[in-house]
Amino acid sequence: MADILSAWRDPELARHLIEQIAQAADRPMKIMEVCGTHTVAIARFGLRDVMPDNVTLLSGPGCPVCVTANRDIDFAIELSRLPGVVITTFGDMMKVPGSHSSLSREKADGRDVRIVYSPLDAVQMAAAEPDKQVVFLGVGFETTVPTIAVTIKHAMAQGLTNFSVLSVHKTVPGALEALVNDPEVAIDGFILPGHVSTIIGPEPYRFLASTYHVPGVATGFEPIDVLQGVWMLARQISEGRAEIEIAYQRGVNADGNPTARALIEEVFEPTDAEWRGIGVIPGTGLAIRPEFADFDAAKRFDVTVPEPKEIPGCQCGDVLRGVVLPFQCRLFGKGCTPEHPIGPCMVSSEGSCAAYYRYTDYGRA
Amino acid sequence: MCLAIPARVILMSDNRMAEVDIHGVTRTVSLDLTPEAELGSWVLIHAGFAIQVVDEQFAAESWDLIKQIVWVDDDVPAEASA
Ligand code: SF4
Repeated sequence: MADILSAWRDPELARHLIEQIAQAADRPMKIMEVCGTHTVAIARFGLRDVMPDNVTLLSGPGCPVCVTANRDIDFAIELSRLPGVVITTFGDMMKVPGSHSSLSREKADGRDVRIVYSPLDAVQMAAAEPDKQVVFLGVGFETTVPTIAVTIKHAMAQGLTNFSVLSVHKTVPGALEALVNDPEVAIDGFILPGHVSTIIGPEPYRFLASTYHVPGVATGFEPIDVLQGVWMLARQISEGRAEIEIAYQRGVNADGNPTARALIEEVFEPTDAEWRGIGVIPGTGLAIRPEFADFDAAKRFDVTVPEPKEIPGCQCGDVLRGVVLPFQCRLFGKGCTPEHPIGPCMVSSEGSCAAYYRYTDYGRA
Repeated sequence: MCLAIPARVILMSDNRMAEVDIHGVTRTVSLDLTPEAELGSWVLIHAGFAIQVVDEQFAAESWDLIKQIVWVDDDVPAEASA
């Protein structure tokens, strides 16, 4: 433990917090970090290893690429095969396997698939190449969605007729509700995602505490932030309290980012969404509103995909629910590595399997 | 993917676009989501947009951490892969 702590900004404070957590954790507690960036921070700093025996940290469904259903990936792949279509997306999405292929494999086969840094880049491409249909594959949570909303409004203002978005965006609070209702999971508290909370603020999580009596703490990404969040949760759980608290005052305002929230509301409406490993969760998807239908790739292109297939042997879906830890998958490190990923949880830089593989020795032969 | 990276607004241009300095790298981003951002503001950048105005100390702390936890594929800009 001394080794791990010495690399941190303030080892003394960390030690103190770990002691506080051990004191507060008077019973077994399962705490789930929802956000993929937290998963990476927890793995990187060895936080699981410094937890008292009573506290189990589980990774959740907070990697947007990982929770994207095969059906949606298959749809994007079919789109890429249409003549004249350019698929644009963030880099993380490229290697994610669908039922039979991935976007990077399609690109290698000659389809026009391009990585963009910002969705606005895709709009620029559409303006520069009017003979192409540029489709942006929109994957992400509330952090990303407002950027797509603005992008669609820009495309509309420019009068573009060759730009559209395939929206497989998802919203986080409803997924947490599904996990709370899952008897196999039994979460005692959530570390809430920092930058999703930057946009939506703490309010959308309140029902977790009031309806389900499950506490949540929004926290930052420093080891000290995460430890503070765990400590606040352990205290709540041992005292029988359930509240939504913020341990990330620097990054989360009480009402999030109202401008961003208004834009999400203007361009998108809630719909059902399929999550890998969890299934369809009502109201956790975001469909493009009819006023913006011209920019909706799902409406614009008539594509049918066969029933999706799951990847044999991959337990990514169970990993995303916190039921299976990455190294418990038989393929982890043996056949499935970041260089040769078999499932999405090993592809994304913030997938749980990738984070465990890069930063820990668990299960390494 | 939900990671946001701190940067400083160094030049305001038309249409709520701005140049920001991300630790020595200049990028053009949109300020559409942060109407209050102005020249010199520290902002969090995600997917080519400023998503929040933050204070300088917070920006410095976040950067230290990001350096440690983000790895980047060769062909992918950090902010897109994060
Ligand atoms: S290690 Fe690979 S195969 Fe196993 S669950 Fe993770 S992504 Fe799937």
